[in-house]
Amino acid sequence: MTHLEIELEQLKKAIIEMMDIVKNQLEKSRTALLSMDTDIAQEIIHNEIRINALELSIDRDCENIFALFNPVAIDLRFILSILKINSDLERIGDLAEGIAKFALELESSPPKNLLTEIRFNEMFELTINMLDNVIEGFIHEDTKIARQVFKKDKILNQINKDSPGTISDFVEKDPEIIKPSLYLFSVIRKLERIGDLTKNIAEDIIFHIEAKVLKHKNAVKKIK
Amino acid sequence: MEEKKNKYKIETRNISVYYDHKKVLTNVSIQIEPNSVTAFIGPSGCGKSTFLRLFNRMNDYIEGFRKEGDVFIDNKNIYNKRTNVEELRKAVGMVFQKPNPFPKSIYENVAYGLRIQGINKKNTLDEVVEKSLKKAVLWDEVKDDLKNPALALSGGQQQRLCIARALAVEPSVILMDEPASALDPISTSKIEDLIHELKKKYTILIVTHNMHQAGRVSENTGFFYLGELVEFGNTKQIFTNPANEKTENYITGRFG
Repeated sequence: MTHLEIELEQLKKAIIEMMDIVKNQLEKSRTALLSMDTDIAQEIIHNEIRINALELSIDRDCENIFALFNPVAIDLRFILSILKINSDLERIGDLAEGIAKFALELESSPPKNLLTEIRFNEMFELTINMLDNVIEGFIHEDTKIARQVFKKDKILNQINKDSPGTISDFVEKDPEIIKPSLYLFSVIRKLERIGDLTKNIAEDIIFHIEAKVLKHKNAVKKIK
Repeated sequence: MEEKKNKYKIETRNISVYYDHKKVLTNVSIQIEPNSVTAFIGPSGCGKSTFLRLFNRMNDYIEGFRKEGDVFIDNKNIYNKRTNVEELRKAVGMVFQKPNPFPKSIYENVAYGLRIQGINKKNTLDEVVEKSLKKAVLWDEVKDDLKNPALALSGGQQQRLCIARALAVEPSVILMDEPASALDPISTSKIEDLIHELKKKYTILIVTHNMHQAGRVSENTGFFYLGELVEFGNTKQIFTNPANEKTENYITGRFG
């Protein structure tokens, strides 16, 4: 192994660690919200410090590799993708923390029938599943697995699009649930963002391995 | 040999080179556009310097040298019997790894090429010396010391002097064999800036071990391995997403 390969291997390990922590945060935020568990919510908020520290350390490692090794070709694409994945993961961590904070602010848990109607659980399940896909795709450098997120992201977008109508129908019938419904709506928006960020990660994995740029495909076509 | 007109400054067709029975280049075909910088990279002994030396027929001096295939410059087959090798070397200047000024004054080094052509008129020489030193971005540093010995200059200055000497006879192609490998980073950067400047008027071919230098100075890069041109293409493409796995392994330092 060359010195550079050792550095890249360490970077890969650090990102996998970050991915695991972020996924864990997201899973816990679901528990915190649904069972109104303030202890878990506090734990998530506390863990956020760790994610931020890890983000800074990965950024610094990338900077050092750029400065000391002048990476090219697949190594260059790897570091570029790591930089972006790192920042996307940190933002997913922020969003999970945001969801956990609602568990502290909410006085009563959201109505169960509303949760079912807006496909809340399905949405959570999808985002966690998408994170699993990018983690596995990243570890095994397998773009086929990473590509599985694209379909799932579309479902998330649809759920997000349907949610305002469903929620307003519920609120009209029972104005008492305005507050938890607003919180819920906010969580749905956050989960939709998490889907987008996870999709970005999948695109970065594909860029690293296949050297293909999938981002803003339509915009690039228009410019041409 | 039929000489077909095309827009390329330099072209090789299926060129193979042997030193006695050892084949050092195999079937290399390449086309180089005018006013471009082309870099050749590859591990030691891959044939890149031999390839470079084909264009001013420097290999002719090596015992046992034999070639198959053709080399064209300005659509002329330079290995044609009618080729005047001295004229060819005026048109195709060369700069070597180690600066090799003559043990003469700065002025005489640059004027040398003209003097051996029989040009001794002071005005003409003065003019060419000044123009060449300016092109090589050395004029401001030496204009008051033209009578000083060239060997008293720093390594980087000597290398630019050698470039000025090559430019004095008005070539159209410049071959550079590791032109900055013996220089410090500041002199290296000056030579690289100079290459960018010279590209406007000349076609430049450069052999370098420093891959990042190849990336910085050239538009096209060729990767040689075991006498074969493994990949040739746009430099940005080669350094971000090379097509061939061997190229990728070499430029990322995973070779062997």
